[in-house]
Amino acid sequence: MNTLEGRLRSARHQGRKLLAPYVTGGISDDWTRYLAAYQDAGADAVEIGLPFSDPMLDGGTIQEASDRALARGASADRILAELAEVDLTVPRVVMTYTNLVVRQGVETFCGKLRDAGVSGLIVPDLPLGESGELEGAAAASGVDLVLLAAPSTSPERLREIGERSRGFVYAVSLMGTTGERDQLAESGLALARALKAVTDRPVLLGFGVSRPAHAVQACRTGDGVVVASALMRRVIDGAGPAEVGADVDAMRTELDRSADEPTGSP
Amino acid sequence: MDTSLVGDSHGGIVAAAGMREPSDTGRFGDYGGQFVPESLVPACVALDREFRQAWADPRFRQQLERLLAVYAGRPTALTPAWRLSAELGITLLLKREDLAHTGSHKINNVLGQALLARRMGKTRLIAETGAGQHGVATATAAALLGMSATVFMGERDIERQALNVFRMGMLGAEVVPVGSGSRTLKDACNEAMRHWVGAVDEAHYCIGSVMGPHPYPWMVREFQRVIGDEARAQCAAELTAGTPDFVVACVGGGSNAAGTFAGFVDTPARLIGVEAEGGAAMTFGANGVLHGYRSKFLQDEHGQVREAHSISAGLDYPGVGPEHAHLGDLGRARYVTVSDEEVLDAVNRLCRAEGIFCALESAHALAWVLRAAGSAELPTGSTVMLTLSGRGDKDMPALMEAS
Ligand SMILES: Cc1ncc(COP(=O)(O)O)c(C=O)c1O
Repeated sequence: MNTLEGRLRSARHQGRKLLAPYVTGGISDDWTRYLAAYQDAGADAVEIGLPFSDPMLDGGTIQEASDRALARGASADRILAELAEVDLTVPRVVMTYTNLVVRQGVETFCGKLRDAGVSGLIVPDLPLGESGELEGAAAASGVDLVLLAAPSTSPERLREIGERSRGFVYAVSLMGTTGERDQLAESGLALARALKAVTDRPVLLGFGVSRPAHAVQACRTGDGVVVASALMRRVIDGAGPAEVGADVDAMRTELDRSADEPTGSP
Repeated sequence: MDTSLVGDSHGGIVAAAGMREPSDTGRFGDYGGQFVPESLVPACVALDREFRQAWADPRFRQQLERLLAVYAGRPTALTPAWRLSAELGITLLLKREDLAHTGSHKINNVLGQALLARRMGKTRLIAETGAGQHGVATATAAALLGMSATVFMGERDIERQALNVFRMGMLGAEVVPVGSGSRTLKDACNEAMRHWVGAVDEAHYCIGSVMGPHPYPWMVREFQRVIGDEARAQCAAELTAGTPDFVVACVGGGSNAAGTFAGFVDTPARLIGVEAEGGAAMTFGANGVLHGYRSKFLQDEHGQVREAHSISAGLDYPGVGPEHAHLGDLGRARYVTVSDEEVLDAVNRLCRAEGIFCALESAHALAWVLRAAGSAELPTGSTVMLTLSGRGDKDMPALMEAS
């Protein structure tokens, strides 16, 4: 299966812990080189942010990255056109806010994702009750719409999110915004555990996963991690693709090492 | 007069358009909804449930009515604008929300939400503010009910509404400057939402207008309908026809207008919402989703939200409440714009003619009346009920600079 979910399931089946690093599209002229560096460092999927003027669920780092990209003239169309030119074998997952999707119309937008080789979509301000239309349009374009679960989500909703999500289930590790943190939130581990109990889909933890140790810890209950702010902080501070790729590589190494430890599996 | 609009067609539209409860999914027509991160869904669902219960509970209603009367000073007067009426050739009545405690209509909504928050066991109020009037009202209600308040305000607004910033501090609220984006109301909303995600257990987000995720647009309109209900009864006593020909209010997010319109939507009155030229989502906006709801927003072709620009901080907002978008689609309300210059002129004229110094926001409504009176839009001899949403004290530094 060449869907996002198929790829992630088969990697998991091989005993791999899943790693999905993020970059804000259009943050620099050579932003797509970060994707290549992530792939080389052993990413299982790469996540591309389409910047929005009002990123409600993002902390300071991604806000800054978004503002920068927009100031450079980034737009969804331009980023997707650049993405279409990139040679990658790992799945591409786009993350953006509802307004960018509905501005173009859900069908048009999903068609453009497909044309850019995108196989997954995350929309953090589109919860279960509002996602129906996009679920249909995404499926029609062969794009997996990833739904998010939060520590405040009821067991009933967790089950429904597990059923309706495609690609993976995004476990938002804490009640807060994206951003680097010193520690992985306990609430995230509990959430991943609860999700694993109700769904067979891959469960990836995100928000605040900042260090290799966090990734290892997250993967004791979940199947993988999304890493965004910690990498974007480095990009904003001037680190190039090779340097940020090395950060991803360090996470990969730790995750692989932990996967080999017998205590890692149930 | 064009009776076709007054009689028949409005009768039909009213039945279809009436400002009723939104649908189960929080929709007014195509607009509204609950576009929030999953983390906030349970809080929105709980708020919907709690508001329904409270609003159906006579004790809650009595509690709120009593506070509105003995604390906020309701009912507010309906003042005939004698000299302006004579000058303009119309009958102009002013609903005096400037006389309410804290100086604007914002207190109506805030007292309702603060009582509700307390009923829900919350100990802290979060608010966004533009002009500072909603922040002041929130700080006031928090002081009254022994809660704490955190108010998010754009850095640009902090500069131009310094008096209200000081006032909030006096009342014991914490004012958090917001330096992102346009550094105005839109960014204060973003930051308040972000903060709420992390504080949802102990804090209630007291949204200041008919915007945000369901149930806010509906709940805030219900808390503000006291303006329209009072004005309806006052008009019945004041006007031979019983209801005015025109009902006019300024529109930022649209709460004073929604509360006003709610009292007249089932009459033949024509409803006019007046936006700032530089923040006119109804006039220049396109459909989109921001701050938890689907409505009309100023934005570019890629879906990036545009910054609003208005002399009045309270109308410097790129969106508009979903129910207004719906009323506009139905043709039940009409939305017009006025320029900053017209607004300054309106403030001056109201001062000189009636001895009332209104807020820049409120002056938008008057500016349209001044422009339209005597034209086909607002024919000579018409009766007009205009909501004067607040008083101008907060704007004095800006006006001193402008003069
Ligand atoms: C006096 C006054 N009028 C009007 C408004 C605009 O808000 P709304 O459109 O919700 O009534 C404000 C907002 O700050 C205000 O302070």
